[in-house]
Amino acid sequence: MTDPHDASTHALLQPGQAAPDFTLPATPDQRLSLSDLRGAPVILAFYPADWSPVCGDQMGLYNEMLPEFHRSGAQLVGISTDGVWCHAAFAEARKLHFPLLADFEPKGEVARRYGAYRAQDGVAERALFVIDAEGVIRWSYLSPLGLNPGADGILDALDALVPTPKPPVSNAPASDTLASNIHGAQA
Amino acid sequence: MTRRLPPVSATDKVAGPADAPVTLIEYGDYECPYCGEAYPVLKAVQEAMGARLRFVFRNFPLTEMHAHALRAAQFTEAAAASGVFWAAHDMLYEHQDALDVASLTSYAAQLGIERRVLQAAFQGRYDAIIQQDFVGGARAGVNGTPCLFINGVRYDGPRDRQSLIEVLDRAAATAEIDVPA
Repeated sequence: MTDPHDASTHALLQPGQAAPDFTLPATPDQRLSLSDLRGAPVILAFYPADWSPVCGDQMGLYNEMLPEFHRSGAQLVGISTDGVWCHAAFAEARKLHFPLLADFEPKGEVARRYGAYRAQDGVAERALFVIDAEGVIRWSYLSPLGLNPGADGILDALDALVPTPKPPVSNAPASDTLASNIHGAQA
Repeated sequence: MTRRLPPVSATDKVAGPADAPVTLIEYGDYECPYCGEAYPVLKAVQEAMGARLRFVFRNFPLTEMHAHALRAAQFTEAAAASGVFWAAHDMLYEHQDALDVASLTSYAAQLGIERRVLQAAFQGRYDAIIQQDFVGGARAGVNGTPCLFINGVRYDGPRDRQSLIEVLDRAAATAEIDVPA
């Protein structure tokens, strides 16, 4: 077994470890820190590149899953080594309603700290982390690069978090994503 | 990651005998081009397998990606309530380039779906069923569309006719051995 604390081994960070804080550009003029999201669960989804050409696209799927993630109070953040303008175009084209962070300079530094960098290709791995409200990793998963890992592992991990008080059903996720999404219309 | 696939239930859209040795479940989106590609293949597979196959279609509309996906799914629920689900399903996959409300309304008329039934569907009457399909699928590992499950196990292999028939044949043979006479 490799020591997950030794960054040189590139081992994926494991449950129980503190999630390393970071600050990355979310848009050309805004930055987001992991610590900004403290107080609620966070899903970190590292992925190799924007513009995956299929309907099975992982970020597109997670975009559709946002109401389910929000039901657990969780925030989703995507991270790749693409730059902010690339992310902006991708997010607009795919109508993504969650932040994509640019792990662009120094390239892949955050991915490396999470053991989720693929040095031979210069991209982030397809790696998932569920971090609890206190900033501790509660679940992590490294997917084969070519295989969309889906959302089931994330949903299971969120279910397994110690339940936090849930918002009343009636005003559950107050997100603009719901307006156009079937999940808002279940009354 | 194939646990907890929801069992076939009364709200499911089913073609083929309940006691077929193989159940193939497709999670699909009516506007997804890859589902459109899979449609004639799955038809041919159903034909080849005959009574050995039970085929189930479940909704997995990618509503942010596909502007007409939800309306199309609602339309097929109205069709299901009118007893013409499969005709509606086929019609949409044969007309993926025309899934706007006007087109759906015209298809409904052709299929004899009452206008009030279609309107109720568009107003969300069946959205809970659609959402149940979607969430159940996501929790069972649906990672895009189309996503196929063979006897409860996600199938990630090639989706050409011959490959599918081979894998379904094998699943049928296994199931027939397992089931006591």
